[in-house]
Amino acid sequence: MSTTTSTSRLDWGSPLVDGDVVLDERVAARAPWSAVVAAGDVLTIVDVGGNQSADCLVFDAHDTTERYSVPDTLAWQGNAYVRLGTVLRSGLGNPLMTVVGNEVERQDTIGGACGKESNTLRYGHHTASQHGCRENFLAEAAKHGLGARDLVSNLNWFMNVPVEADGSLGIVDGISGPGKRVAVRAEVDVLVIVSNCPQVNNPCNGFDPTPLRMLVTRPRRTSTTGA
Amino acid sequence: MSSTSTSRDTASVLAARADARAQEGLRADWMPHVPASLSPHPPAGVDPAALTWAETVAPGGYTHKVLARGTRIRLEDVTGDACAHVLVLSALEPWERLNVADTQKIPWQAYLGAGHPLLSGEGRVLATVVADTSGHHDAFCGTSSDAWVRAKHGDPSPQGPTPSGRSLLTLAAAKHGLGPRDLAPSVSFFQGVRVEADGGFRWLGSAGAGASVDLLAELPLVVLVANVPHPLDPRPDYVVGPLRVHAWRERPTSPADERFAASPELRRAYLNTLDHAEARGLA
Repeated sequence: MSTTTSTSRLDWGSPLVDGDVVLDERVAARAPWSAVVAAGDVLTIVDVGGNQSADCLVFDAHDTTERYSVPDTLAWQGNAYVRLGTVLRSGLGNPLMTVVGNEVERQDTIGGACGKESNTLRYGHHTASQHGCRENFLAEAAKHGLGARDLVSNLNWFMNVPVEADGSLGIVDGISGPGKRVAVRAEVDVLVIVSNCPQVNNPCNGFDPTPLRMLVTRPRRTSTTGA
Repeated sequence: MSSTSTSRDTASVLAARADARAQEGLRADWMPHVPASLSPHPPAGVDPAALTWAETVAPGGYTHKVLARGTRIRLEDVTGDACAHVLVLSALEPWERLNVADTQKIPWQAYLGAGHPLLSGEGRVLATVVADTSGHHDAFCGTSSDAWVRAKHGDPSPQGPTPSGRSLLTLAAAKHGLGPRDLAPSVSFFQGVRVEADGGFRWLGSAGAGASVDLLAELPLVVLVANVPHPLDPRPDYVVGPLRVHAWRERPTSPADERFAASPELRRAYLNTLDHAEARGLA
């Protein structure tokens, strides 16, 4: 079990890729966040306190019935982990975003989201009053006219979920750290919904939820013809 | 349709009606059996009169059914080439549906097998895998999209020669008033995948002809099934075999069953499910 007090060290970082910053927001510990990222723009997520799971859903901004799909993403790349170059695909197999920068050995998309209800299975009914990512997702999704039918299996940036040889799988101590970043480029206009995970019963946040920083950069257009 | 290529007389309404009615009793390799008690292959030890569903799903076909809590469903891979892509949703509120992440994470086990719960995102068990003679299943890769089939085989349309799983599940869902928002990730039975140390998927394939999996409905369910090749099936051709389906009434998992308390997570999942069912008068 991690004994790091993450709040002792915060690194707010900077964009992982070049470009003009068009959005720069800080997400408080345990809070939800959402934004539309335009095609071609790059979202950098900074793990400010280290080993802070950023649970993430992605939708086509113009047709939210087309949304991130874990199985399509994994089957297409033939691998259970998300790394540099992973294309985040929709349930129709279409690219929504691509990982263009990554400072963590592997990112998770099989661990799903925590929630009040699932916490009762995982830890006991005494945890039902605690906040969860499913609550964050539902609250943030509602701002966009989305609801329970729109929540699907998600990404967990900065979370560590190994699959062992016998199929054992679980959330273990993180392999991220303060200031580590991931950068994902939008391939179409996407709605990104993030839950800054409030879980305090497992090591997905080092038992200590910390903030995130969200930066969107737009590539600078270089003139090739002159004026 | 012209009858010139056959000897059939369908020139008038009465003749067409007689022609249509003469077709009753014909058999197909893949068809539902109604009533289910007429199944030509009733499961051993099950009174055919107790069957509530008997069907052989075509290769590249799909099926769907609303089933009562306590129904036992047997899926059988007749030839060793079936691949049953299954999505279960609560028939009470379909936004409560299979949550593959919770189904892998909460039991601390990625591979499906006997005793494994199919969990919803609401902390309840939709169905339990109560028997499994295959062990070759997959909860990582889902079903095939149109884009995948187009790249690998060709025409993904549901009535074409190489339907995608997604296109078939779309139709199955639509038969219950459900749409694309309801098509959460599915699991697949009879064609297995394993995860290597670096995360790469290793093809396990089939356990062979005759394997079966039994699912027990722990809540009233809408069951959607597409029978199409697993996306990672390494064979370049579109290879899939018939899928046999039977269902009959048993009883849902209760504290009297050993599996109820096989783990603390399972015990609390079944307790939540019982709590939900009893509150709704379903227990």
